Amino acid sequence: MDDFLLRALLGGLGVALATGPLGTFIVWRRMAYFGDTLAHSGLLGVVLGVVLGINPELGVVSTCLLVALVLVLLQRQRGLATDTLLGILAHTTLSLGMVTLAFMETLRIDLVSYLFGDILAVSRADLYWIWGGATLALAALALLWRPLLAATVHEELAQVEGVPVFAVRLAFMLLIAIVIAVAMKVIGILLITSLLIIPAATARRFAGSPEGMALLASVIGCLAVGAGLAASLYWDTPAGPSVVVAASTLFGLSALLSGRVRPDR
Amino acid sequence: MDAKVLLTVRDIDFAIRGHAILQSVSLHVARGQIVTLIGPNGAGKSTLVRIVLGLRRPSAGHVELLSGARLGYMPQRLVLDPTLPLTVQRFVTLGTPAPRARVQALLAEVGAAQVIDSPVQAISGGELQRVLLARALLREPDLLVLDEPIQGVDLTGQYELYDLISNLRRQRGCGILMVSHELHLVMATTDQVVCLNRHVCCSGHPDHVARDPAYLALFGLDGARRLAIYHHQHNHHHDLHGTVVTDDKPHG
Repeated sequence: MDDFLLRALLGGLGVALATGPLGTFIVWRRMAYFGDTLAHSGLLGVVLGVVLGINPELGVVSTCLLVALVLVLLQRQRGLATDTLLGILAHTTLSLGMVTLAFMETLRIDLVSYLFGDILAVSRADLYWIWGGATLALAALALLWRPLLAATVHEELAQVEGVPVFAVRLAFMLLIAIVIAVAMKVIGILLITSLLIIPAATARRFAGSPEGMALLASVIGCLAVGAGLAASLYWDTPAGPSVVVAASTLFGLSALLSGRVRPDR
Repeated sequence: MDAKVLLTVRDIDFAIRGHAILQSVSLHVARGQIVTLIGPNGAGKSTLVRIVLGLRRPSAGHVELLSGARLGYMPQRLVLDPTLPLTVQRFVTLGTPAPRARVQALLAEVGAAQVIDSPVQAISGGELQRVLLARALLREPDLLVLDEPIQGVDLTGQYELYDLISNLRRQRGCGILMVSHELHLVMATTDQVVCLNRHVCCSGHPDHVARDPAYLALFGLDGARRLAIYHHQHNHHHDLHGTVVTDDKPHG
């Protein structure tokens, strides 16, 4: 196996391991569009990270957090529905990222690779970032698991039972921001949400507990990465989108399979 | 009496952007006492409950809970995403870890032992209310706060649930603060009724409140007449087939 392929596979697996369990919470909490919005702001984060002389990943994490906080503030106004606010934020930040990029004459960024990912160009340094970030996100999620699950099921009940729900929500947003920063290089800003949502949705049909679903989502994500990379190699298709198509295929197969084995209630 | 007071609510005001939701509301709940908040939609019942629970901060006034007293809360609604695989056993222990035998015993106490391994999304409305009650009881509460505990339950089930709540108070000696839509359903169960419509219209023993002009003005003669019809019924209830059952034990 070529070196770049091995790195691509390792990078993809690292991302899939983290997006699986985090994605289950995004599905349970119906935050798919929220994840998408944070991902859209990633490009602005990259540009700001470079401009301010910190590295791009930190730029992404801090920009995502800033966008999440702006959303929380806007929600307090109660003027507009959350999905409208998310739509405004998502496209404003993405466009701001591209406009800012145009101003930076000396800055050469391959836009397409940020939008759709460039998994075949994952470097050794990227791998450290990916696995470091994924390990950190998974460890934090494990610590956060119990209160986050309680708050997901019923926020006020959890608060009465002593869960600091606001802090838990902020921590969860931080984890999403970290995973987006980690996954951007591999799968791209526009496709990150798919790796959060599709493996989790696929796992639902076979899981009997929250933990089982999270674990299964990781496994399914890893399968999608393997299958997508292989397909991309055979048919010379773009790697990131191929991984997403592979994940969707697994989702479709699972729907057919579970439809036959156990009709849904 | 004073030594047994669990909860004191004193002169609570609550306003959202200058719009008064609650004005000068006071009440107290003693150990072994059931206090029921009734009032029309938008009267501020749920807001008051949230203030008692510490989920909202009042604009003025204060809430005192006897020090060391534990709160149990049964929310009005539970909307669980269908993609979350969660059994009743897991749901009950989400906030307070407990061995299976303990959960089993609590579910038996509220008459829902048969659903312990069912997905939360698959049980009926009545079973869900009992499961929510079991989760509140797991905390060994001194004060139980129940927000519309009979939501989504048919009429027979409603009387059974109130009987169950009444028995819980007797067996456990906890105080209960409960929200209800209509007085006639809680007549038999409650010790004290607080009739709320942004302020306390009237309060006292249910028989007294039912005759109070402020109550009649709020609910009209219609409500008062229904009260007369239902008032005598609390010495029996109906099982699932509609047969009259005269004992006072709840049926699972």
